[in-house]
Amino acid sequence: MMPEKSTVRKLLLAGGTVIDPAARTARRADVLLENGRIAAVGTGLRTGDAERIDCTGKHISPGFVDMHCHLREPGREDRETIATGALSALSGGFTRICPMPNTEPPVDTEAQVRFQIRRGEEAGWARIHPVGCCTKGRQGRELAEMGAMVAAGAVAFSDDGDPVADAMVMRRCLEYSKVFDVPVLSHCEVRELVEGCANEGWMSTRLGLKAGPDVAESAQAARDILLAEFTGARLHICHVSARATVDLIRRAKERGVSVTAETCPHYFTLTEAALADFDTNYRVNPPLRTEADRKAIVAGLADGTIDVIATDHAPHIKGEKESEWDNAPAGMIGFETAFSLGYEQLVQSKVMSLPDCIARLTLAPARILNLPVHLIEPGSEVDIVILDLKASWTYAPERVLSKSANSPFLGLTLRGRVTNAILGETVVSF
Amino acid sequence: MKPRFKHLLGIEGLDRSDILTILDQARTFREVLDRPIPVVPALRGKTVVNLFFEASTRTATSFQLAASRLSAQCVNFSRTASSVSKGETLLDTARNIEAMRAEGIIIRHSMPGAPHFLARHVRAFVVNAGDGAHEHPTQALLDAFTLRDKLGDLKGRRILIVGDIAHSRVARSNVFCFTRLGAKVAVCGPPTLIPRYCEELGCEVFCRIDRVLYEVDVVNMLRVQQERIGVWCLPTLREYRELYGLTAERLKKLAPDVVVTHPGPVNWGVEMDFDVAEFPQALIMSQVTNGVAVRMAVLYLLAGGEQTP
Repeated sequence: MMPEKSTVRKLLLAGGTVIDPAARTARRADVLLENGRIAAVGTGLRTGDAERIDCTGKHISPGFVDMHCHLREPGREDRETIATGALSALSGGFTRICPMPNTEPPVDTEAQVRFQIRRGEEAGWARIHPVGCCTKGRQGRELAEMGAMVAAGAVAFSDDGDPVADAMVMRRCLEYSKVFDVPVLSHCEVRELVEGCANEGWMSTRLGLKAGPDVAESAQAARDILLAEFTGARLHICHVSARATVDLIRRAKERGVSVTAETCPHYFTLTEAALADFDTNYRVNPPLRTEADRKAIVAGLADGTIDVIATDHAPHIKGEKESEWDNAPAGMIGFETAFSLGYEQLVQSKVMSLPDCIARLTLAPARILNLPVHLIEPGSEVDIVILDLKASWTYAPERVLSKSANSPFLGLTLRGRVTNAILGETVVSF
Repeated sequence: MKPRFKHLLGIEGLDRSDILTILDQARTFREVLDRPIPVVPALRGKTVVNLFFEASTRTATSFQLAASRLSAQCVNFSRTASSVSKGETLLDTARNIEAMRAEGIIIRHSMPGAPHFLARHVRAFVVNAGDGAHEHPTQALLDAFTLRDKLGDLKGRRILIVGDIAHSRVARSNVFCFTRLGAKVAVCGPPTLIPRYCEELGCEVFCRIDRVLYEVDVVNMLRVQQERIGVWCLPTLREYRELYGLTAERLKKLAPDVVVTHPGPVNWGVEMDFDVAEFPQALIMSQVTNGVAVRMAVLYLLAGGEQTP
């Protein structure tokens, strides 16, 4: 189900509700786009010969930014390519995405950063802002050439997939990152504590699964937060899954530590109860945890302790996921369902307003990455998604745009979907 | 006027007038070095010992020449790893030298405070030729001499030191010396090579060279050592050059009267591009010549020579 793509120089988005994630407002307004910029926002606009998209009953939002995803190119193009991933992302409302560098080979040089950006430009869907490795080869030993990668367009550094296990190396990564004012995105996991990819709790006991306790995440988070405090660097904690981690982040922020955090839709939607049938689509790292953890994550999103909703989109082919639990790779795709899940779990259940939720997808990640925030106001670059919150849609396997289909939400009927994405003068309709 | 210090263990123990005493004496000896016979009999009959636990041909040679120019004898006592592993302690060595009746000991050691330890146990005067990452006072003095020779009074002058500040004894001694002479000092390097509380040494700290390089009168580049740094502090020497090197591009943008110094040896193509060798305001060779004069002054003053009027 390929989308339609066209170039429109002058376009009016009429009859919709414009979301301002900075002011946290949603208001009835038309938006006039011209030559890739927003010309006017309001009612009774003089539109001349503009083409028109009827947005009655729909919402107009800045494009989402996914600061944590996996695009598998170079090396595992069978799972996903930058082109297929960027299209999948755009269909979920993500106009800018940050692929993690755990590719084969890993992204630890400026040449590879440039490669990824160029592949994104060639594809012409979501824009690629690469994350570079903290350490050479992602081996966790020697600093990678952060300066060269930043100059080539990298926006952050991470050894994600793995923690930076050696504390001295993590300290040096944090210190060195200060030269470029970029965040270090930390995959917090004390590997020695983890025996298997399930939460050490009631389900793992019942099912006899090898597991890892939540303290594997929170102990590392504690270490990284203290190192961030010591060095004055900017730390960002990836895929928060545990209540204990949320508490640490909250207290650290109260102390003034420069720490931010993200979580993923599966951590605010699902719990370890989902493992009952050993369905490997629920096998993720960090693992799905308890209801108390899930509630703490929702509360963390609500009070701003967790700044960002990211997808950790992690494609794996059927042959890999169709396997016994312990042999399946961890991860699920997520671009195409993230907004709907956020809308259902957070907005419809009144945990936060729609503009608040969208702020977690737009403003917060852009600010952390020093990317321009493309608010919908005159003069801004056009970076817009149109959302139909009334739409009910089924995430059927034929609909999946990612090259892989490892999602536990397949077959579910979800609420809220992206109907259009507009970048510059390019209009994509889904 | 005899100096009020018995040893030269560091710049930190010296005040401005001590420094000027040494530099004024060095001026006299600098002129001696230009004579056809650049020798004076001031220390005839005296013996100094070069006790070097770390390899260095440059500094050891410089002291050796300084001693010879003063008509003193200089003996090289190089302690390699093997003699140390045979169980000869620093104290043993010191007592042996004492027994051989040397007037002065010039010591270079990898551990901070080794010269101070030595000074407590020998009757000879002790000169610190570099103790770990702590101090290298004669380097700072010769740098100060060279700059004053070229620029005059250093009061108010802006001096930038670039490199591995955390591990550099030259940086520490230079910050102490230049600030004591009234200059404004800034240091620049990657945060992984800037020690904590660096500002308390008396300098401003920058981690981006382009923010400070074009605002100073003097650029003092330090050697970056892959072996000393280990693998965690820098990704590659190539990236170091890109971010902190005095590259040909940066050199072109310097004001014409800015001077460049380096304690040597230079890692060409890392902290400085080859173009700096041709740069008219690079004082690296003068530093070497002046080094002999300054070390002559130090040996002369510590050996009890009266300051020549």
